[in-house]
Amino acid sequence: MTAVKVTGKKNRRSTRSIVVNLLVHLLLAVLAAIWVLPIFWIILTSFRAEPGAYTNTFLPQGYTLNNYVKLLTDRNVLNFPKMFGNTLIIAICCCVISTFFVLSVAYSLSRMRFMFRKPYMNLAMILGLFPGFMTMVAQYFILKAMGLTEGAMIRFGLIIVYSACTGLGFQIAKGYFDTIPRSIDEAAVIDGATQWQVFTRITMPLAKPIVIYTVMTSFIAPWVDFIFAKVVCRANADQFTVAIGLWNMLQKEYIYQWYTCFAAGAVLISIPIAVLFLYMQRFYVEGMGGAVKG
Amino acid sequence: MENSQTNARNAILKGDLFTKLSAVIMGLGMIVRKQVAKGCAVLLCEIAFLYYMVNKGIASLGLLPSLGDQVQEKVWNEAKQIYEYTTGDNSQQILLAGVITLFVIAAIIVLWVLQMRHAYKLQKMQEEGTHIPSLKEDIHNLFDSNLYITLMSLPCLGILVFNIVPLVYMISMAFTTYSKEGEHLVLFDWDGLHQFQRVLNMNGNIGRQFWHVLAWTIVWAIFATFLNYILGMILAMIINRKDTKGKAFWRFCFVLSIAVPQFVTLMIMNIMLQPSGAINVLLKNLGWITSPLPFWTSKMWARVTIIVINLWVGIPYTMLQVTGILQNIPAELYEAARMDGAGPVTIFFKITLPYMLFVTTPYLIASFVGNINNFNVIYLLSGGGPTYVGDTAGQTDLLVTWLYKLTVDQQYYNLGAVIGIMTFVILTIITLITYRNSSSYKNEEAFM
Repeated sequence: MTAVKVTGKKNRRSTRSIVVNLLVHLLLAVLAAIWVLPIFWIILTSFRAEPGAYTNTFLPQGYTLNNYVKLLTDRNVLNFPKMFGNTLIIAICCCVISTFFVLSVAYSLSRMRFMFRKPYMNLAMILGLFPGFMTMVAQYFILKAMGLTEGAMIRFGLIIVYSACTGLGFQIAKGYFDTIPRSIDEAAVIDGATQWQVFTRITMPLAKPIVIYTVMTSFIAPWVDFIFAKVVCRANADQFTVAIGLWNMLQKEYIYQWYTCFAAGAVLISIPIAVLFLYMQRFYVEGMGGAVKG
Repeated sequence: MENSQTNARNAILKGDLFTKLSAVIMGLGMIVRKQVAKGCAVLLCEIAFLYYMVNKGIASLGLLPSLGDQVQEKVWNEAKQIYEYTTGDNSQQILLAGVITLFVIAAIIVLWVLQMRHAYKLQKMQEEGTHIPSLKEDIHNLFDSNLYITLMSLPCLGILVFNIVPLVYMISMAFTTYSKEGEHLVLFDWDGLHQFQRVLNMNGNIGRQFWHVLAWTIVWAIFATFLNYILGMILAMIINRKDTKGKAFWRFCFVLSIAVPQFVTLMIMNIMLQPSGAINVLLKNLGWITSPLPFWTSKMWARVTIIVINLWVGIPYTMLQVTGILQNIPAELYEAARMDGAGPVTIFFKITLPYMLFVTTPYLIASFVGNINNFNVIYLLSGGGPTYVGDTAGQTDLLVTWLYKLTVDQQYYNLGAVIGIMTFVILTIITLITYRNSSSYKNEEAFM
């Protein structure tokens, strides 16, 4: 009697768990579809043959590569290759400067003790509470006073805007350095290493995930910001970055002609950034986990 | 004791001739005591400072109280037979020059105090016969025990010039009449707290808009932060269930949406949800609707749409961030709860959520602050609209996007600055209250 009862219960439980499992996977499939759909749609749009922003069908009626060809060859109205070059130069410079700034500040705050250490961290927190735009408008006036808002100098202006204040974003890197045991540094110092050698030869190699993470985030920043670039560039079309270019393609005067090219441009710049991000995600998770265990 | 002895005051009172003279000729104390290069550098700073003050600084300080009053005028030039324009004052440049001069003066005061202290210290070292570090040793120290100076000076300079100076400059605009209203774009004056009164006064037009925008900003931030947090956590838990197959695949689907640059996805969403955009076309073709849904044209629709799209943007982020922490919850807690007969819902609210809240309070505060200042989502999706006639703020504008419209579009710089300051004040209050009341602040020991 009892044995039959137990198996009956087991059966019921396993049927129930099968139903729950099915429902869960169904839910995940629906959610995944919602999340992937817009990306899928933009890829289809980038190959769409009919021009214009709005069509009467959800899916394109014909497919073509012309959108990509026009985007990469039309240099008269919106010069995408030039924008790409501008952004690349800015991104490389920012990447070098910001990485140095972030890692230097994080290392100093994590490893050294000095008078303005606490005040600096408090100040960084307070400055973080001001909306970014407060500084942006005034930064533009300062750049203007320095002559960095005209012609080719705009590039320097943008590099400065993107990298000058990165010393405030030390938290993640500092958190990582904090997890590297200090005994490793102390051993090196006993062996006669200077702090500089500890920083470059010991901490940096141990902190590889966070170094890569910092390099990539600072490289990606100029590609995805469009609002600072818009304020600094204003109407200087030859200095546009990719983000302003794409944004412009959706403005009233261009949208009919350029909408499908916008989709093509979005796909083109999303691919490298997505690859970088998916690669970086591993280091991000590792970075959250800490360096040398135990 | 040691510190109180080598301060600038003692240097003046008890220093010898050279130390005292350093008060006037900066760096002299170092030059006569074997630190020639360092002393000369300090002296050069002083000369540069004096040069700047004589050439520009004093004049710009003098103009600061009035912010200039020379109007640009047309003058008839008899000799050339043409009208010539006199250069009038530009209050905005005067204000900027004034703020910069004040910072330069502050910097030289700091340098003065430091070099006085150092001069006195050197004097004592010489009296006691201690070894005075040479330039070579100083440089060596900059890469060893003083490495933080080498590493932090450039980042600090960047922050000072491109964050603190602009902030002070912008804050000072809040107390002026710098605005397109009344044509005060070239010449403006100090205005006291007048703009603050306008913003806070509920009966005025600007004040009414301010309180509306503020209320929506807070509603938005609460929804955006907590819905994302809880739903993201539930998603992470569903994916990490023991029985879920293909965990990596599901995670990839969701992470893909954050891998694509945010401004791209937001602009696409905006287009898709237009009256003749893809979503409305799809629904029409399916025969579900006859007239397009007013995603961006009705106030309620726009607000709900923004919150829902923000879920689309934010849930994968939360999922990514909490996955690791969720796995750290001690398994015994779950075991014990299940023994006591608790169901999944009870377990979530009694164990998972409290544990997560305990561990992630700082993260929650940061994301709340981020949402209050979330410019991209609002600006790229609805552009703040729909906007009623006569208003500068739309129905979905946050304080930040309104700040942007006021300064960049409308050129009401003084009002914009006031809104920025108010945002800061509100954020400070909220941060302090939540941080003080959070369990991770009250009890720094482990959970439970």
